[in-house]
Amino acid sequence: MTASAMTRNTVTGRSTSATPRFSALQRLLHWLMAVCILAMLFIGVGMNSTVTPKYLPLVETHKTLGFVILLLALIRLAVRLVVGTPPLPADLPPLIKLGAHLSHYGLYALMIGMPLLGWGMLSAGGYPVVLLGHIQLPAILAPSDALHTVLWNAHFYLAFAFFGLIALHVGAALFHGFIRRDGVLESMASVSAPREATRPRK
Amino acid sequence: MPGTPIRRGDVAKFAIGAAIIAAATGAFAYTAGWLSPGRLTPTRLVAALAPPGGPALGHRRNHAKGICFTGVFESNGKGAELSRAGILAAGTYPALGRFNLGTADPNAPDATVRVRGMGLQLTASDGTLWRAAMIDPPFFPVSTPQAFYDLLTASHSKDPGAMKGFIAANPEFGTFAGWAKGAPWTASYAEDAFNSLNAFIFIDAAGARHAVRWSFVPQAPVTPITDAELTALGPDHLEQEIAQRVAAGPQRWNLVITIADAGDPTNDPSKVWPADRRTIDAGTLVVQKIEEERDGPCRDINFDPTILPDGIAVSDDPFPAARSAAYARSFNLRTSEVKDYPYNATATTGATP
Repeated sequence: MTASAMTRNTVTGRSTSATPRFSALQRLLHWLMAVCILAMLFIGVGMNSTVTPKYLPLVETHKTLGFVILLLALIRLAVRLVVGTPPLPADLPPLIKLGAHLSHYGLYALMIGMPLLGWGMLSAGGYPVVLLGHIQLPAILAPSDALHTVLWNAHFYLAFAFFGLIALHVGAALFHGFIRRDGVLESMASVSAPREATRPRK
Repeated sequence: MPGTPIRRGDVAKFAIGAAIIAAATGAFAYTAGWLSPGRLTPTRLVAALAPPGGPALGHRRNHAKGICFTGVFESNGKGAELSRAGILAAGTYPALGRFNLGTADPNAPDATVRVRGMGLQLTASDGTLWRAAMIDPPFFPVSTPQAFYDLLTASHSKDPGAMKGFIAANPEFGTFAGWAKGAPWTASYAEDAFNSLNAFIFIDAAGARHAVRWSFVPQAPVTPITDAELTALGPDHLEQEIAQRVAAGPQRWNLVITIADAGDPTNDPSKVWPADRRTIDAGTLVVQKIEEERDGPCRDINFDPTILPDGIAVSDDPFPAARSAAYARSFNLRTSEVKDYPYNATATTGATP
């Protein structure tokens, strides 16, 4: 990764800077997880609205993919803590900047929290947590009706919040990319340029 | 960068992106079933189980009246020929279950309920679970989950022609109605056979797949009685009787596994297989202790018949998936209604009017 990508808030004026980007590993994790999480949300609402035979493979995929997302999210968080993120444009209005920070806290909380809620809710419900049909995970909570109810509801309603937050995230990315044209979209979206070739913007 | 005039092409790209977000939101709503009020969802299926007065809160939405048992499964190892599941290797394994009546009313008098059931959980040495929920009729009333929903809807309908229309559309129900009317009753859960009805796939150590159904067949001698005789024994005779009988000595059922021939229907539990199919007696369920549901270990178990160990899998029978989806819904409802469950009832289960 580039030096500029490794440090926060060192770029003070956009006019002189190149466009710092997320590291290649971070971009890979982002897009891989984007696919996984979108699939996960659709599988989640789909399996809860069907009684057809596809219910069972959907549930099994949901559990397995959920565990994969948890692992990827933890790796991603660790990478972020080590590598850092490109700074936001210095001229971004403070409220939008705050929104950007808060929405990313929310996204990370959900990426890590949703699989844990699902795992916890199954444990509290006395269900075995089995991935790929035969890998049994340990229960992380003792059976409890009250806990099961709280965790199930949290898992269910936060899924819709997650979908909404992702829609907002994509909308914001488009706003950065096509309305503000400030390099934020390219910091994650660009796959073409080699990592050192940050493009100066006119 | 800011200050640069916004380009028309970029506005178009932004608009396209926004349209994609809107389309994805629509697809999400469609997947969730919000745009398909006719879809048979777990929510609708479970709602259809409720009697006209509404469901009994805190209880299972079906098979609501029941009593817990614990014991062991003594596997003789013969089932290992069909399945590599640890529970079928020779040995003795913990068993936990629930005798129940197929009714949405936890206080229903015994003689008003034709179908009896057994929920069962067997735990293998490695901790893997096999859960099953079986009933005593020799075949299921209908062929598909949709037909089961239609049966519930018709039987709760005020339209006097509803059941007639249902039977015309689902002739297999006539076979079940004949059984319900003519089959003898028993005065004890210990004398009832409990059948998987659904076909499952047993996978052996070599990976070969065998379509099977199974039954827990009682060792106790069966004394047929009429429903009038059962009525005379009292509304909660079955629970009182099984508690007394097990207190006097453990009760046993043989696990009889029936192997399908090629061509036997595995996707329709209303169709019995010919009586000459090969069977394997894989072991004995020994019921050693009875406990009231409200204090017992079975109350918070979802006897989801798709919780299967490696070596046992679902077949093309459409019911286990539908049951899994509906049982989960029922479990979510009743566990969220704990305050309505009669933990502190002084009367024996079901004795309150």
